[in-house]
Amino acid sequence: MLTTIRVNGVDHDVDVDPRTSLLDLLREGLDLKGTKKGCDHGQCGACTVLVNGVRINACLSLAVMHDGDAVVTVEGLASGELLHPVQQAFLTEDAFQCGYCTPGQICSAVGLLAEVAAGQPSEATADLDGPVTLTDAEIRERMSGNICRCSAYPQILAAVRRAAGAAA
Amino acid sequence: MKPFAFERARDVDHALSLAAVSPGARFLAGGTNLLDLMKLEIEQPPRLIDVGRLPLADIAETAGGGLRIGALATNTAVASDPKVRSRYPALARAILAGGSVQLRNKATVGGNLMQRTRCPYFMDAAKPCNKRLPGSGCSAMDGLSSTLALFGASEMCIAVSPSDMSVALAAFDAVAETVRADGSVQRRSVETLHRLPGEAPQVDTDLAPDELILAVELPPPPEGGQAWRKVRARASYTGALASVAVAGDRVALGAVAARPWRARAAEAALADGASPAEAAAAELASAEGEDGRKALVRRLAADVIRQAREGVGS
Repeated sequence: MLTTIRVNGVDHDVDVDPRTSLLDLLREGLDLKGTKKGCDHGQCGACTVLVNGVRINACLSLAVMHDGDAVVTVEGLASGELLHPVQQAFLTEDAFQCGYCTPGQICSAVGLLAEVAAGQPSEATADLDGPVTLTDAEIRERMSGNICRCSAYPQILAAVRRAAGAAA
Repeated sequence: MKPFAFERARDVDHALSLAAVSPGARFLAGGTNLLDLMKLEIEQPPRLIDVGRLPLADIAETAGGGLRIGALATNTAVASDPKVRSRYPALARAILAGGSVQLRNKATVGGNLMQRTRCPYFMDAAKPCNKRLPGSGCSAMDGLSSTLALFGASEMCIAVSPSDMSVALAAFDAVAETVRADGSVQRRSVETLHRLPGEAPQVDTDLAPDELILAVELPPPPEGGQAWRKVRARASYTGALASVAVAGDRVALGAVAARPWRARAAEAALADGASPAEAAAAELASAEGEDGRKALVRRLAADVIRQAREGVGS
């Protein structure tokens, strides 16, 4: 099925089997291997990408559902040699060990910062009527869709906190 | 995943006409549950009708002072909506307790209502399950699970609805508006949209195959406090062991039945002046299941009723 999809600013016209997940199109069809396949069932977050600026699990979406959409993967975050602030924060805080979950963690954190800027609440938000303050509890809750088997959670928390400070 | 035909609906009529001529077809919105089940080949629809781009995502106040939430509003959009947050905080809390942000960004209100049980034996295609394969038996009946039904189960099935959102919707007396290919519009109570298993647990809801949810409507929030709480095996991002939503004098229990369970016995007891603990005990008197699970739900319900009354629950 013919589908036009913009990935990291480049338009691609692809002919895909309707069964193809967005994740498999990115990895196998477009050779963008940065986005990782972990559980392939929406439970681990390794496949997190940004679609029209919003983070989703690429494994639980069909490529044909994204005709005309703009997707950003971990490969599309940096500007040339200049890393995205979230990428730089993950390096500064040593927020990974094996690195397999890291692209998903980074894309998730980029989405998180936009959601907080838009005032979207989370389960950790004490006052639903008030502004969102990005406490550590908020970061943990908002990143709970990304599992890290190496358990680099304290460093991931610090990286997101650092990136949020840079963004503020 | 089994092969299927994919069609993007141009408008509601197109979606309905496709459904009317496509036995076994399924509407596809966010896809977060349906595509997962298709990967496991638990769902094998021959055709998917993508309704995800239909203009059904508005959240608007109704003339009667309530709220109309389009079926394609994402969970994130509903929980972030200022009207929901200020007037229906128990609904916002319930939605925020479900899944991860990534899932809530994609999952829709209509899809949330249509999601299927997470009973581990339903999810395991190698196990007998009357809901998945009618007549094959119920593995959960003698199996290991901390999330079995306490109310409304049958000899055929003891699976529960996994929806957190619908528990709060039931406490608000929400109604789902649907339309069929013949143009008929129905308004169905969210509380009873899902069937109890009876002799046919493979049928989840009263909806016809060509029936599409257009919106969920909430009446004005009732007088009195609201509260929500979900108990689960880890702090975030997993299904409920049990949940409770309270809105005014209405109480709904989650993850204890095949539908959001309005605790009518508890509500009647409260109306007669019972304490929250007495009201919860009155509801659990008719529960069938493990004593430990009943005790968990009883204590949780009493706590959340108390929190709503004290105005600290949401």
